[in-house]
Amino acid sequence: MNSSMLTLYGETFNSRFLLGTALYPSPQIMRDAIEASECNIVTLGLRRQNPNERDGAAIWDYIKDTRCHLLPNTAGCKSAKEAITLAEMSREIFDTPWIKLEVIGDDYNLQPDPYGLVEAAAVLIKEGFKVLPYTTDDLIVAKKLLDVGCEALMPWGSPIGTGQGLMNKYNLRTLRERLPNTPLIIDAGLGKPSQAMEAMEMGFDGILLNTAVAKAQKPALMAQAFAGAINAGRQAYEAGLMVTRDTASPSTPTIGQPFWHQNK
Amino acid sequence: MSDAITVSLNGNTEALESGQSLQHALQQWGLSDKKVATAINGDFVPRSRYSDTTIDDGDQIDVVTPVGGG
Repeated sequence: MNSSMLTLYGETFNSRFLLGTALYPSPQIMRDAIEASECNIVTLGLRRQNPNERDGAAIWDYIKDTRCHLLPNTAGCKSAKEAITLAEMSREIFDTPWIKLEVIGDDYNLQPDPYGLVEAAAVLIKEGFKVLPYTTDDLIVAKKLLDVGCEALMPWGSPIGTGQGLMNKYNLRTLRERLPNTPLIIDAGLGKPSQAMEAMEMGFDGILLNTAVAKAQKPALMAQAFAGAINAGRQAYEAGLMVTRDTASPSTPTIGQPFWHQNK
Repeated sequence: MSDAITVSLNGNTEALESGQSLQHALQQWGLSDKKVATAINGDFVPRSRYSDTTIDDGDQIDVVTPVGGG
């Protein structure tokens, strides 16, 4: 298998970049950004339909045309029951068992509710869903999600839409080290390509983001920038980073230096 | 003549004749030909059950459609 490919629930993807479809200035700009990102997976959501409004149908037409793999979310759900119902609705409407599972426990920082998340994941896995849970960087919650059958996890970098990057690197490093065989996708909170690259250098398997691209002045260009950073970070991880040191070590050979310092 | 019932459609109050199927109600609301999924009182109702699902007074009906999402 090509090591540069992302594997989730037995399916492989060429790109390690997953892109959201919200908050763009227009559907066309969204589509341009998706194209520029070269992503294979896009996230999308469900909201109440009001008669005679065509907005939902319009955005769906644009997303469908991208031919990307669809990853519907349960954004806004605050209980396992709500998330399960919305996942079931998603499966029918998008004809996919894939679900980005969100159960939000706090309105202020949109922090996942770990108890509701594990409860919903257990039910949905039994119903045949391929669950990608949006979770915190907590190792024990991650283990519980794996125990109920999740085959990939999506820990946050920092709260949704904040752009603060990797908020708790100790926890994220711990997740990576303790779960070496679990696909881990950093989801949420990244604002800069350098933050995405850092996550990939740490060995994370992919990046899911939305706001940083959608709210850029030039979303397509930013999508391209993130794609480059994600690729570079992955290449660096696969190449193997050097070990950092506290003291300097000359890179040019010291033996055979011509004339300076020779009389000391 | 059937009695009227009141239901909640996506948070808005709607009047219906009693004994109507979900399929008929969605047609009446202009939602039957759209890409939607439905839940009644928080439980998902598969499309295959629209015609044999009867709407009761006070039901809360949610009809959702795709939107951009992160």
